[in-house]
Amino acid sequence: MAEVSAARPMREYKRPFLTPWRREALTGYAFAMPWIFGFLTLTLGPMLFSLYASFTSYNITTPPRWIGLGNYSFIFLQDPRFRISLYNTVYYVIVKTPVVIIVSLALAMLLNMNLPGQRIFRTIYYLPTVITGVAAIFLWVWILNPEGLLNRGLGLLGIRGPNWFYDPAWAKGGLVVMGLWYIGGPILIFLAGLNGIPSHLYEAAEIDGAGTWARFWNVTIPLLSPTIFYLVVTNIIGAFQVFNSAYVVSQTAGTNPGDPAQSLLFYEVYLFIRAFKGSMEMGFACALAWILFVIIMIVTGIQLWLGSRWVYYES
Amino acid sequence: MGVAGRWHIARSMVSWYRGKHVQKAIKDVLAFTILTLGAILFVAPFFWMLSSALKLPQHVFSPNWIPNPVAWNNFPDALTSVPFHIYFKNSAIIAVASTAGTVLSASLVAYSFARLRWPGRDTWFAIILATMMLPGVVTMIPTYILFSRLHWVNTFLPLTVPAFFGGGAFNIFLLRQFFRTIPMELSEAARIDGASELRIWWQIIMPLAQPALATVIIFAFNGAWQDYMGPLIYLSSEDRYTLQLGLTMFKAGGGGIPMWHWMMAASLVVMLPVLVVFFVGQKYFVEGVTLTGIKG
Repeated sequence: MAEVSAARPMREYKRPFLTPWRREALTGYAFAMPWIFGFLTLTLGPMLFSLYASFTSYNITTPPRWIGLGNYSFIFLQDPRFRISLYNTVYYVIVKTPVVIIVSLALAMLLNMNLPGQRIFRTIYYLPTVITGVAAIFLWVWILNPEGLLNRGLGLLGIRGPNWFYDPAWAKGGLVVMGLWYIGGPILIFLAGLNGIPSHLYEAAEIDGAGTWARFWNVTIPLLSPTIFYLVVTNIIGAFQVFNSAYVVSQTAGTNPGDPAQSLLFYEVYLFIRAFKGSMEMGFACALAWILFVIIMIVTGIQLWLGSRWVYYES
Repeated sequence: MGVAGRWHIARSMVSWYRGKHVQKAIKDVLAFTILTLGAILFVAPFFWMLSSALKLPQHVFSPNWIPNPVAWNNFPDALTSVPFHIYFKNSAIIAVASTAGTVLSASLVAYSFARLRWPGRDTWFAIILATMMLPGVVTMIPTYILFSRLHWVNTFLPLTVPAFFGGGAFNIFLLRQFFRTIPMELSEAARIDGASELRIWWQIIMPLAQPALATVIIFAFNGAWQDYMGPLIYLSSEDRYTLQLGLTMFKAGGGGIPMWHWMMAASLVVMLPVLVVFFVGQKYFVEGVTLTGIKG
């Protein structure tokens, strides 16, 4: 009896369903819901559908028809434009990435020195980065015109400039030159990295008799290697997805996307043509998209593996 | 060690110092010169653009920096040769709506990840970061199909509504990093006073996060204003065109020959809001990049 009477009041006191912990968990989910919903409907769902569609013949007006590996076998075995676009893209990635990394590191090191006017310099070097639209692409097609500003400047130095966007051999080079205008982001990230290197390391190296060059290779580069690694990885991912500049340039300097002579037919330009021009081959374009995704994942994976060998992390 | 020895050491130290000093001065002058030349190369395109925009068509290929005569009419002529005011209005609507969506939803989501504890939170956050690596084209086509089923193609909805669903991984990440720096005691005090989380978010965290929010607003506005691929895919009738699509009309309108003086004039006008935003909020760019970019 004593036990029952003792249990009674306990049972009557019902724990509220919404404990503070549960309330916080529910609120947390509710606040994150816009993103979770968006992720499911605009990222995960489309990803899965895109994977499915890549195995079909599908042009939006008719329902998708399952063709197995049809798209993939055509792409890998018979499609000349796939090969050209992949070649162009890989070429662009390989040329552009080191150029961007080296120039932005050099400028960041100069901007990190104790000199007058550094704030103004940093502003100027960052300024172009915010101007990404069609207007800036027009500007560069104009500057890289065969008789444009750049070739005039080169002429003053006695160099005969190429025809850039009007010459298939130089069109990608033109995009790399244009890309150099957009290194404000990497510069800022390098500056932050340089700021993180403790000055006593330089002092110690100097006392040990290390010259500028030795300090650069033995202090700056190892301590900056995580920053370099981050920028290499993100820049390669970005360069694989080049679209806007190539698409607008080729239609401004030439007529068809990819002009001149398919030299600017980059992977996403080709994908866009397949998906939204002509017969809108959505299934085929989805296969192209997944191939690009897998290529980027493999390239990034290799870099993460290689990175574990050369990137130095202070512990 | 005798006096002579000490004197010798002192002298060599002085000459060492002088040598270093001269070396450093030369290095500084060299660095300053390179930076100045680089800066000239970086700003020259803007001045060349302005110069070309003010030249008569027959002078546009001339190497002069100062146009003679100055063709002020290029601006009104270029801006009325296409329905520029309509493009401007469309761009403004899209940019404002998607910026609002981004700021509201990204901050709400970031609040949840930065300041609330819930099961699965860290997994979801890892997924957010992973989506940054996903190439946009993987989801582009099914998203297009989805919006065309909803009859949203050739409306502004595909360009604005998605911004309300989190506003992108980059913005969530940036705001979360910032929200985490705000002391938890502020929230706890408000909770004891009976404030709801919604109220804490809006009345305590948002006002304190103004620098981070300014960064997000600037990036979101710039992104939407200068977006090319989105409008290219979704907008088909010319009265819905944005400025970015409208600009490409100059090439088509010139009968095959690019109208460079008009293209430069119109491009300059399209760039202007971005330049204004940049000069007003330049420190936020730096904060935004460093807040998310370092320690990758």
